[in-house]
Amino acid sequence: MTAPTTHGATTHAGGNEHSHDQDHGHEHAHGHELPFWRKYIFSVDHKMIGLQYGLTALVFLLVGFSLMMLMRWQLAYPGRPLGWVGKLLGENAMPGGVMAPEFYNQLGAMHGTIMVFMGIVPLAVGAFGNYVVPLQIGAPDMAFPRLNMASYWAFLPGGLLMIYSFFMPGGAAQSGWTNYPPLSVLTQVPGQTMWLFAMVLLITSSLLGSINFIVTIVQLRAKGLGFWRLPFFVHAQFVTSFLLLLAFPPLEAAAVLQLMDRLAGTSFFLPTGLVVSGEQLKVAGGGSPLLWQHLFWFLAHPEVYVLILPAMGIVAEVIANNTRKPLWGYRLLVYSVIFLGFMSFVVWAHHMFMTGMGTTMSTFFQTTTMIISIPSVIILTCFLMSLYGGAIRFTTPMLFATAFLPMFAIGGLTGLPLGLTASDIYLHDTFYVIGHFHYVVAPGTIFALFAGIYYWYPKATGKQMDPTLGKIHFWLSFLCMNGIFMPMFFQGMAGLSRRLYDPTIYAHGRAIQSLNVVISWSAWGLFLAQLPFIWNFFSSLARARAVENPWSATTLEWAAPSPPTHGNFPTPPVVYREPYEYSVPGQTSDFHPQFAGEA
Amino acid sequence: MAEASPYAADALIPHTVEPHPVTGIPNGKLGIWLFLASEVMLFGALFSTYVVIRTTAPHWPPEGGLSSEILNVPLATVNTAVLITSSITMVLSWASLKMQNLPRFRLWLGSTIALAFVFLVIKYFEYTHKFELGHYPSHDNFYAVYFTLTGLHGVHVIGGIIVNTFLLTAGSRMWATEPERFTNRIENAGLYWHFVELVWIFLFPSLYLL
Repeated sequence: MTAPTTHGATTHAGGNEHSHDQDHGHEHAHGHELPFWRKYIFSVDHKMIGLQYGLTALVFLLVGFSLMMLMRWQLAYPGRPLGWVGKLLGENAMPGGVMAPEFYNQLGAMHGTIMVFMGIVPLAVGAFGNYVVPLQIGAPDMAFPRLNMASYWAFLPGGLLMIYSFFMPGGAAQSGWTNYPPLSVLTQVPGQTMWLFAMVLLITSSLLGSINFIVTIVQLRAKGLGFWRLPFFVHAQFVTSFLLLLAFPPLEAAAVLQLMDRLAGTSFFLPTGLVVSGEQLKVAGGGSPLLWQHLFWFLAHPEVYVLILPAMGIVAEVIANNTRKPLWGYRLLVYSVIFLGFMSFVVWAHHMFMTGMGTTMSTFFQTTTMIISIPSVIILTCFLMSLYGGAIRFTTPMLFATAFLPMFAIGGLTGLPLGLTASDIYLHDTFYVIGHFHYVVAPGTIFALFAGIYYWYPKATGKQMDPTLGKIHFWLSFLCMNGIFMPMFFQGMAGLSRRLYDPTIYAHGRAIQSLNVVISWSAWGLFLAQLPFIWNFFSSLARARAVENPWSATTLEWAAPSPPTHGNFPTPPVVYREPYEYSVPGQTSDFHPQFAGEA
Repeated sequence: MAEASPYAADALIPHTVEPHPVTGIPNGKLGIWLFLASEVMLFGALFSTYVVIRTTAPHWPPEGGLSSEILNVPLATVNTAVLITSSITMVLSWASLKMQNLPRFRLWLGSTIALAFVFLVIKYFEYTHKFELGHYPSHDNFYAVYFTLTGLHGVHVIGGIIVNTFLLTAGSRMWATEPERFTNRIENAGLYWHFVELVWIFLFPSLYLL
């Protein structure tokens, strides 16, 4: 064993190197013998699990998006029959081809659930985290490969059960993705119970995953890879894992309590003297509907950062690589992301200003909300400063990463009026809120995820995706995304409520109904914009092999072959320097990889 | 071993046995501590729920009287002693492995499992007595809290029984090939088991006595 370096990184290699190589050789010969179901289905290899997560999440994203495209028909043309699509969905959902209000509510609740818990989190954490983190820290795999497999196999049934709930009598959950009681408890449909069961599975999957990520990042870093040499993406995943680990259990507890309310007749969330349809409900009472909201948002606000931090990590990697200079303010970024993680636990009740929880509480959460915007602005500023003076290559991933900056900025800045109690009273539960968080998550996070897919596709397949199709995908998506979400701010400021089945029942809704038509056509256009991506994603597999390290990147994942074999690195890599040594004066090439020894 | 196991990935991973020089512990121990951190958040949320519901109730228990009159304090006291004893036997099983004494390990881990069963049997009698009186979780929020919190704790006890039974039977084959790793597994299972006991130490006074 060598002595610890000044960076706090130490070697695990030293004494083990020999046995590692032996085991690796062993494994290599053995890898070819793995039966199909071991290699592709019940795989314990972090790369295969990452791909499983990624493909499943992309399918779920498309499903969630499809639900929204249906809703957009009803919003643009309320009450108009939807031709063959209406017939296809059956008489219960769309009697006479016209969307039933209950079905609209199901679509709304499930769109949110599917996008957040089955689309973006599994893609950002399950897929990119699993595939990239062990490679970027020079590890042979995750710390607990079997736990990793279990986490995917808890996620998949959870997701499938969630989809299955649409086919249950009465359909899926329909009380919004937040499932506020008493409505959610009193809803008779079994789909709501299924929502809770499926959530318990999805939460379990995230918990297992987060334990694995933290242990992997702490214990399995390559020799010489200290805390201040980790790529920013790894820092982001590290903080994200802590958020998942500590914020999800309260929602698990809340789901159990709501299951008790629904199945065992308890009153955790049902107050005394609740009157429904003119009759007092026959329950014990004494519960608190607000309690659910506290438990739900205690998860769901850190969840916002679970959605955005990995995206920021991807953007950091892509920006450093394509500006050909080190990230500006790397340490500042790391401090900010850690501070963001801490603060995300004390802002949850800014979702509840309108519940009458009291002005003292509101003042506290208004203050913390203003504070948490500071590290977000620092991070965005660092990215912006990183562009300054760079020799920028506008590759497809870079287009998505640069677009992330203004999109996330719009999403973030429009959040401030919602975090201030006075303006939130007016804007709460309007389309303004929808516009705000979608700017953060859709053209924000999803653009970053696209950047990640284009950036790491050569790592996973050895092939480059087609740049022309990539640029078509980007520009059309960029146009449509803004066509969808920008008008929502105007709708919200005009007072349009976010959960209306028919916006034209109110005069103020009729006055701005034309915006709904613009939004809906943009949404359907966004679907068309994804077709070049889907084609590109599969057809690029047939392209000629790309060179190793096609982006001339400096981080450790490019030390492994593309795609990496089982065990990732032929020999355990050693790290010599910080992650983004681009355009170092005196160097012959414009990048100096972390893993390249001194000449 | 590597060829036989379809999970041969294990063989590549550093620090499954030897501690990491910075953290001073192997992977499994860090993992179990993180798992326990999430468990603290789970039971923390449940206890918070209990606090909110109890402090907003005009009287607790809502039907009048005292918690200690409604619930069976003597049985719960016995159960507390049973769980504490099982924690001790769990430590002894680990210590036996440290002293290379496999038969003694089997004896102590077997006792731990047996005591966990005793706990569940006593709990079963407590539950059925409540049901005989017609006191289901829906009766009022006192019973809702009582059944939900002790029920989830019971699920954790069952989880402990499953893990310990595996380690006593099929899992103990690892002792022949990787004794140190197996000993660490017993230590980690023990950490979990002590946590389950600790939750009961909080549940007992706050549900039965206060």
